[in-house]
Amino acid sequence: MHKLLNDSPGEEIMLLGNEAIARGAIEAGVAFATTYPGTPSSEISLNLFQMSQESDLYFEYSTNEKVALEVAAAAANSGLRTFCMMKHVGLNVAADPLMTLAYVGVTGGMVILTADDPFMFSSQNEQDNRYYAKFGNLPMLEPSSVPEAKEMMKYAFDLSEELNQPVLLRTTTRINHSNAFVTFGDMKSRQTKGKFIREPLRCVTVPAVARQLHAKLLEKMNKAKGISETSRFNPVEGSGKFGIIANGVSFYYAMDAVKDLGIEEDTKILRLGFSNPMPEKLIKDFVKDCEKVIVIEEGEPFMEEAVKAFAQEAGITIPISGKSEALFSRLYEYDPAMVREKIAAYFGIEYTPKEKLSSDNVPEIPMRPPNLCSGCSHRATFYEVKQAAKDMDIICPTDIGCYTLGFLPPLNMGDFVICMGSSVSTSCGFGQATDQKVVSFIGDSTFFHSGITGLVNAVFNNHNFTLVILENDITAMTGHQPHPGVDMERFGLDGFGRVNIEDLVRTLGVEHVSIVKPFKVRKSIETIREALEYKGVSVIISREPCALYAKSMKLLKPRAFKVSDRCVNHRDCINSIACPSFYLEDGKVKIDADTCVGCAVCAQICPENAITPLKK
Amino acid sequence: METTRLIMVAVGGQGNLLASKVLGEAALISGVPVRMSEIHGMAQRGGVVESAIVFGDATSSIISDSEADILLGFEPAETLRALNRCSKDTKVITNTATLPPFTVSIGKGVYPEVENIKELLKEKCASLVAIDAMKLAKEAGSPMSVNIVLLGALVQSGSLGFTKENVIEAIKRRTKKAFLDKNLKAFELGYEAAQNYGN
Repeated sequence: MHKLLNDSPGEEIMLLGNEAIARGAIEAGVAFATTYPGTPSSEISLNLFQMSQESDLYFEYSTNEKVALEVAAAAANSGLRTFCMMKHVGLNVAADPLMTLAYVGVTGGMVILTADDPFMFSSQNEQDNRYYAKFGNLPMLEPSSVPEAKEMMKYAFDLSEELNQPVLLRTTTRINHSNAFVTFGDMKSRQTKGKFIREPLRCVTVPAVARQLHAKLLEKMNKAKGISETSRFNPVEGSGKFGIIANGVSFYYAMDAVKDLGIEEDTKILRLGFSNPMPEKLIKDFVKDCEKVIVIEEGEPFMEEAVKAFAQEAGITIPISGKSEALFSRLYEYDPAMVREKIAAYFGIEYTPKEKLSSDNVPEIPMRPPNLCSGCSHRATFYEVKQAAKDMDIICPTDIGCYTLGFLPPLNMGDFVICMGSSVSTSCGFGQATDQKVVSFIGDSTFFHSGITGLVNAVFNNHNFTLVILENDITAMTGHQPHPGVDMERFGLDGFGRVNIEDLVRTLGVEHVSIVKPFKVRKSIETIREALEYKGVSVIISREPCALYAKSMKLLKPRAFKVSDRCVNHRDCINSIACPSFYLEDGKVKIDADTCVGCAVCAQICPENAITPLKK
Repeated sequence: METTRLIMVAVGGQGNLLASKVLGEAALISGVPVRMSEIHGMAQRGGVVESAIVFGDATSSIISDSEADILLGFEPAETLRALNRCSKDTKVITNTATLPPFTVSIGKGVYPEVENIKELLKEKCASLVAIDAMKLAKEAGSPMSVNIVLLGALVQSGSLGFTKENVIEAIKRRTKKAFLDKNLKAFELGYEAAQNYGN
C-alpha cells in the first residue's frame, strides 16, 4: 500500500513537503484531484496519482492548469472535496476560471495550491502569487514548515466549506522540497460521488448575476477576515519592543535569528499563516506596542504594504520597514544568515557574521550546467535542424521542457521562450514581422497544454514557419508524467483514451506534415530541409521516446558504442552534439560505456566512421 | 540540543538524495530533530545536487554561506565549489574520485588537480578526510554505493551525534534489500577509510 494511505494515526515519518501536502489532502478526505505537473509542485500530484490507483480517489493529469481548475470547479460544485495543484506560473494559465470561480464559490471544500519558486530554481520567473489571493478575493494560507503544510491542507478544506469559497494554499520551493518528521493524523472518509444542484443565480455568471455575486464575495471575505483575526495560523510569540512580522519559511529564519542574537526578551513575532484577508485588528494591536517593526517576507512587499496602511489608519507612527536598499530585497530567496544580519542591523544589535573564507589560490572550477541526457532524442533533432538550416538566417522560438536546454552551445537551438505554448504563437509573430526563417520547437506535452491554439491561429492567419513537435511520449522534465498522447497501457492502466498528434495536426489544417525518426540522421536532415523550404505552416513530428523513460521502462536495450582506432581526433562528435557520454582521455575522445545508450547519432556524423558498437 | 549543519554536494545520479533519506531515518531512530532541504530540479540532467541537513534545535531547513559545520562532497571539484558554504571551522569530507563535467570535454574549462583541491580544503577548513569512495564502493561490490561509503566516513567523524548502529539500522530500513549486503560493506569500508585517514 502507498505509504501515504496508511491509516496509522500517530505514526511519525520523514516526509518531503509535497508528500506531507498529499497526505494532508488524504486526511481531509479529498475525493477529486486535478493538476498539470510543474516543479516545485510535481511530487504532490505524483503521489496522488499513485494513490488513486489503490483507492477510490479520483485523480487526473489535465491538459493544462486552466482545464484542471475548471474540471475541479465542477467537482467542488457537486459537493466533493476537491484539490487542484500547480506551480506558480500555472496559476496564470488558470487565472481566467480562478477570478470568476471566486464569485461563484463552491459547495464542497476546494483547495487550490500554488507552488511559488523564489530564486527560480526551476522556473522562468519568480512572481509572488500571494497577489492572486488579493486580486481574486480568495482566502489564503501559507505554511512555514513541512508538518504545518499537512495541517494547513486539512484546515483549508474546512475553511473552504465554512465560507463556500475556494481557498488558496501558497507554498514556496523550500516547503515543497524540504523533508521533516510528520505525524500522521486521522483520515476522514471520502465522499466520491456528489450531486449538482441547479442554482442559476449563483452559477451562471451573466452580468446581472455577477453583480450580485461580487457583493456576496466581499461579504464572504469580510467573514474570512473575522476568522483570520483569531486564526491559530496567525500566532504572536514573545513580547517586547522589537516587532517582527514574518510569513512562510522566513518565520523560522527569524525565530532562529532572535535566539542566535539573544534578543528573545525584547522581541515579539507575529506570523501570518492566514494571510488573506489580513487580520487587521491583530496587526494594529501588535504594532501598537512596538518601538520598531520589521516585516520579513520573500518576494514582494505584500504584508509590508498592508501593515503600513493599517498603522497609518490607527495613527501609529513607529518605523515599519521591510523592503529597502538597507534591508530586504524583492529578489530571490532569503536565508538564515541574511535574516539574522538584517534583524541585527535594524534593531541595533551587535553581530559579527561568520568570516568568509578567502578564495585566494582557488582555481577556476569548470561549470557543470544541466545537459540533455545521453541518448536524448532532442539532441539529435536539434543537430539535424541545424544542419538542414545551415545556410539560412533562422529564429528558433522554443518552449518549456527539457529541450529548452537546446539553447546551450554547441546546439544553440533556442532563441525565445516566455511561457508554455509560446513557441507556436511567437513563431506566427516572428514569421510575419521579419524575413527570417522561423523554426520552432515544442514538446508533446507542452503542445497539448497550449500549443494547439497557436497552431490553429497559424493555419487561419496563413503564417509562415516550421514547427518541430518533439514527440517523446512523456512529460519528461517534471518526472515522467503522462499526457494525452501517451499509451497508458504502458503504465499498466486501462480506461484511458489517446490523442494522436499527427492526426490532430493534419485535422487542424496543416498541409505540410512530416515525420522523422531523429536517430536516422541523414534521412531526417533531408526531410527537415524539405519542410523548411515549404512556404506556409509546416510541422515536423520528431518521434523517439525519452531515453531516461525508455531506460526506466526497459523499452530500450542499451548497446554502447566505442571510438575505434580510425579516429583522427577532429572531434566533430563532441563539438557538434556534445553528448555527456563523451570524455577525453590523453587528448583522445572516448565514450563512457556505462552511460551510452547506443542512439548511434555520433556514429553517423563521424567522417571516419570511427565510432562503432562495442562487441558484447 | 546543539545545532549541526551539514551540506552535501553531488552530481546528479550519485545518490545523495538517498544518503539524506538514510541520515533522516538515522536521526529519527536517534531522537535527533532534523530538517532537510534539497535542490533537485535538474538532478537527472547531470547538474549539481545539493542537500542541506540541519540537526538539532535550530528551526530553519536551509544553511547560509559560511555556516556549514560539515561539508560532505561526493565529487572533488564540487566539494571545492562549495567552499563558500564553509568557514575555518568546517570539517570537510570528500570523495577523491572525479567526474569531470562535460564542459571540460569540450574544452570550456580545466579540471583542477585533485591534490591541489585537497591542499586547499585542508589549508582553509578545520579538517579534511579525503577518500576514494568509488574504489571502495567497487570493492564493496557496487559502484552505486559511493553514497553509502561516504556516509560511513561521515559517521566516523562523530559530528552528527548518532551511533554507527543507528545508521546501519537506517541503511537497512531505507535502501533496497537487494543491495543491502553491498551497502553494509560499503558503509564499513568508508568508516574504516576515514578512521585510517592520515595515519
